[in-house]
Amino acid sequence: MRITRYAATLGAAGLVLTGCASEAGQQAEQAASAAPEVAQDAEFPAGTTMAELAEAGSITVGTKFDQPGFGLANPQGVPEGFDVEVAKIIAGELGIAPEEIEWTETVSANRESFIQNGDVDIVVATYTINDARKQLIDFAGPYYEAGQDIMVATGNPLAIEGPDDLAGKRVCSVEGSTPAQNIRDNYPEAQLTLFDVYSKCADALRNGQVDAVTTDNVILTGLVQGGQGAFELVGNPFTEEPYGIGLTKGDDEFRAFINDTLEQAYEDGTWAEAWDRTAGAITGTEAPEPPMVDRY
Amino acid sequence: MDFVSENADLFVDAFLATLGLSLLAGLLALALGTLLAAMRVSPVPPLRGLATFYVETFRNTPLTVVFFFIIFGLPQIDFVIGFFPGAVLSVGLYTAAFVCEAVRSGINAVAAGQAEAARALGLTFGQSLREVVLPQAFRTVVPPLGNVLIAMVKNTSIAAGFSVSELSSLLPRLVNADAGDLTLVLVGVVVGYMVITLPSALAVNRIERRVAILR
Repeated sequence: MRITRYAATLGAAGLVLTGCASEAGQQAEQAASAAPEVAQDAEFPAGTTMAELAEAGSITVGTKFDQPGFGLANPQGVPEGFDVEVAKIIAGELGIAPEEIEWTETVSANRESFIQNGDVDIVVATYTINDARKQLIDFAGPYYEAGQDIMVATGNPLAIEGPDDLAGKRVCSVEGSTPAQNIRDNYPEAQLTLFDVYSKCADALRNGQVDAVTTDNVILTGLVQGGQGAFELVGNPFTEEPYGIGLTKGDDEFRAFINDTLEQAYEDGTWAEAWDRTAGAITGTEAPEPPMVDRY
Repeated sequence: MDFVSENADLFVDAFLATLGLSLLAGLLALALGTLLAAMRVSPVPPLRGLATFYVETFRNTPLTVVFFFIIFGLPQIDFVIGFFPGAVLSVGLYTAAFVCEAVRSGINAVAAGQAEAARALGLTFGQSLREVVLPQAFRTVVPPLGNVLIAMVKNTSIAAGFSVSELSSLLPRLVNADAGDLTLVLVGVVVGYMVITLPSALAVNRIERRVAILR
């Protein structure tokens, strides 16, 4: 009797916890079966990071585990999405097969320290390139350009069209993220509600605990898809967020190598294919024009 | 050092949030925990069963799950609670289970003759508990109760994941603003917690020396 009571309590808690996972993940899973090519004869100058990684035959990649379309861990714990595919392309150029990639979850707040501490070799995690971060780490790319947008309940009951309409409204984002800081700095009238992951924001919006969720449009698109009709996008991006690949500061050879790999993937269509399999499959949009790689 | 002065008000706000959360949750936990302990030793079987069920449920559930249930689960049955009150409720309800067990151990330490004598004098169960047993019980359990409350202060950090801007939420926030000052932010946050917990530990020592019963 006591055991069944425990089970009922735990079961109910489990339902709440998993409520945010969605069919978006399943779609991406079905679409992500095609793997990128793995270079067989990869050779690199001795002493470079590329040579070390190729020698080791594995690479540790930090990505997000809760962003449908970019990085979403499936029930087996393996992440899927556009970021994941980009990482696979890079690993492939190093001669590392997708199954030899070690995935580590990185959330918005811990990415720099994970790179600095060597916990990960690269971070591909909807990671906006900005100057403050460039002080600590280096960025290859960008490999995608996103923009901050706003997600509201279906029907947009409060008629929020853009960031200026957020004054006095309860707006949800993630502690330590660029969109949250942007709202703090430029739209101080908005009441910020901050969680550690975006899926909690979606739950809060569904429960009416907040009026809007704001972050990069690509993240919101995944949440809209997973919300089963509960949410819609305002569709008015108000920032430019170039997504880059984070790596150890000063590793210029590795950065140049990743940039080369990206440009090659733009050329031969693997980048666009990766988009179609993942984020594109969820949003139903064509692959955008790839951004110019910034070799600073 | 500029970084510290620039963000001093953030630290103060966060510190006050942690302090307020600790005080309110602590009061709730002490009141509810004592009530639960009284229920667990009461002669009424349904009350005993209810209190046992409560204690075993909360003591064996991670605090994060309790938070999830109160912040995101309850609204699904149309019980919406603000984030700060929700955090007070989560930490308070959770800690009450541990307070209950600490107090109950104190009640068990009171010699059976005390309660029997109280009953023989004609006191009711409630009266003998209030006037005779609980005062002695509390004097016995000052140190474990202190531990429970200090652990609770640290547990309030989980509220950071549920939209309460308390001390530990400064870590991701300030580190994102300037990751170079990670160590400084860490030290600031740790000091913030110590400002609450160290005096508490001292107070517990003081109180213990004053009220301890020599047996």
